[in-house]
Amino acid sequence: MYTQALDIPQQNPEAKGPRVVENPAYQAEFDAKVDAGGYIEAKDWMPESYRKTLIRQISQHAHSEIVGMLPEGNWITRAPTLKRKAILIAKVQDEGGHGLYLYAAAETLGVSRDELIEALHSGKAKYSSIFNYPTLTWADIGVIGWLVDGAAIMNQIPLCKCSYGPYARAMVRVCKEESFHQRQGYDLLLTMMKGTQEQRDMVQDAVNRWWWPSIMMFGPHDKDSVHSTQSARWGIKRISNDDLRQKFVDATVEQAKVLGVTMPDPELKWNAERGHHDFGAIDWDEFWNVVNGHGQGNVDRLAARVKAWEDGAWVRAAALEYARKQAAREHQAA
Amino acid sequence: MERKEWPLWEVFVRSRNGLDHKHCGSVHAPDAKLALQVARDVYTRRQEGVSIWVVQADHIVASDPDAKPELFDPAEDKIYRHPTFYQLPDEVNHM
Amino acid sequence: MNQQMNSPEHIEYVTRIGDNALILGQRMSEWCGHAPVLEEDMALANMSLDLIGQARMLLAHAGKLEGKGRDEDQLAFLRTELNYRNLTLCELPNQDFARTMVRNFLFASFQVLLWERLLTSSDSELAAIAAKSLKEARYHAQHAGDWVIRLGDGTVESHARAQAALDYLWPYTAEFFVTTPADDAVAAAAIGPAWSELEAAWEALVLPVLVEATLTVPARTPFKSFGKFGRHSEHLGHLLSEMQYLQRTYPGAQW
Repeated sequence: MYTQALDIPQQNPEAKGPRVVENPAYQAEFDAKVDAGGYIEAKDWMPESYRKTLIRQISQHAHSEIVGMLPEGNWITRAPTLKRKAILIAKVQDEGGHGLYLYAAAETLGVSRDELIEALHSGKAKYSSIFNYPTLTWADIGVIGWLVDGAAIMNQIPLCKCSYGPYARAMVRVCKEESFHQRQGYDLLLTMMKGTQEQRDMVQDAVNRWWWPSIMMFGPHDKDSVHSTQSARWGIKRISNDDLRQKFVDATVEQAKVLGVTMPDPELKWNAERGHHDFGAIDWDEFWNVVNGHGQGNVDRLAARVKAWEDGAWVRAAALEYARKQAAREHQAA
Repeated sequence: MERKEWPLWEVFVRSRNGLDHKHCGSVHAPDAKLALQVARDVYTRRQEGVSIWVVQADHIVASDPDAKPELFDPAEDKIYRHPTFYQLPDEVNHM
Repeated sequence: MNQQMNSPEHIEYVTRIGDNALILGQRMSEWCGHAPVLEEDMALANMSLDLIGQARMLLAHAGKLEGKGRDEDQLAFLRTELNYRNLTLCELPNQDFARTMVRNFLFASFQVLLWERLLTSSDSELAAIAAKSLKEARYHAQHAGDWVIRLGDGTVESHARAQAALDYLWPYTAEFFVTTPADDAVAAAAIGPAWSELEAAWEALVLPVLVEATLTVPARTPFKSFGKFGRHSEHLGHLLSEMQYLQRTYPGAQW
């Protein structure tokens, strides 16, 4: 969000300026600020590990938004009404916007968007595995809005207050725009559930396919999560994976009742003692398989992104060349 | 080296007349004209603006974060610049 | 609205303008998620949304004029291909960014002129739609025109692609200005111009940009296309079978 030029910690990587070396006084100042809930701005001193973690997290988030355009984009040309088509285009477009805001936030940390995109395309950088699943019917569009966006919103709201200013501001904008995404999905499903039996079956089938992947979106259990402790201290992740997941399950069960669908989990039931819903064991082997890209979905998604990028190379080059020519012409005229 | 990435532009949007332009984000664009257009397409999709400025990021001159103490701390003790510094009788305290 | 305004010619004329927006809006939406840069993804999606918005208003209006209870979706999704009245140019595949932008420029420039004339339509609903849509079309023509200049006057490759796009598309622009029987009736009722009246103004808008883009304007050929008479290219059928899929597969379902 803030300009790259003024936010790169150092212009010359060889320089050993005080702002980049690990410095106990700066470190203490940084820790105090973060612990007090303050914001770190792009040009402030930060530990190198903080910078690296942020780049990884923000760019992964950005990649997820961009790859996330594909499964829903898959239905734009087949949307059943003009109103739904417009809603879906606007939503997928928003995701592109969110990717853009997030890339810009990552760029304040001294990486270029091109470098980040290259990392995605080479498979070095990850994105949310949820987007490797296929969208098989129109009901998937509603269920993605309801469950996947619902889970994403819960994951994202805490980030609006994260310690890194540019990321926090990007997330405020993202969350503000995101609020219609879940509602439009639920609205779409409500309409289908009031329709024919075929439509209701389609919704139930989509719920059956997306429920487990959605609750896996909260990540591994807290005890198995490698990044959570450090990230929580830095305020770039404030609530535990398991707490958020529980909150999501509790909220969603009620919404499913109103909708008239059931979750594909026989162990899902209210536990009065805990004041929460219990739910069955998550198949983490499947989760890690998908995260690590061992699915053909991953191949197709990345191929689509790489194709768009490579097909666009001549366009990007043409615009730069025109700008160069124009500058030369203006120089000539002056 | 050949530049392959479009330059970065900072985007400032006036949300309605009477308010300042406020920094709201950035875009990549090959030139000023397209920078304005894509800023419009990215940052005013929900009627967020009535006017846009774009500035190429390289052209912004920013204060040095290391100079924060000498730049901003000296204003700290000029408390007489603030209206609350002055205790006035209740009858005229709304001044 | 008086009875004489609901002539078949009037309905056809409004439907034709609506179909242009619908079919090109559908084509633009194919780009979503696949554009050369993220910024342009946003721009193309905005254009698609504008066009689909126009299509909704126009087809809803056409349905009302017709008076048979057909709404925007019945008209958009449940006609057979011979009943679509869009210009052939709008249904051609996107192919690449050059063809996309050259087409958008040629079409949006035409739309600007049409909307300007429709501001004073005797059909007040159509005039209101024109007032809203004119602003959108002006922006589309600007953005696409700026891209045509950049591609035409960019690299050797982009110039070649832009020229190829223009060579391919140009023959289809003749159809813009072919007068149909509906045009004459509609012009006589002051509902809107016969499209042949717009040709000179369109060339005046379009040619300077193509020149600035260093593109060579192809000579007119005897080729004729007839989309607005309901005789389309092979491409429309495929576009429709995709677009109409859900409405056709689940008749009567609500979405």
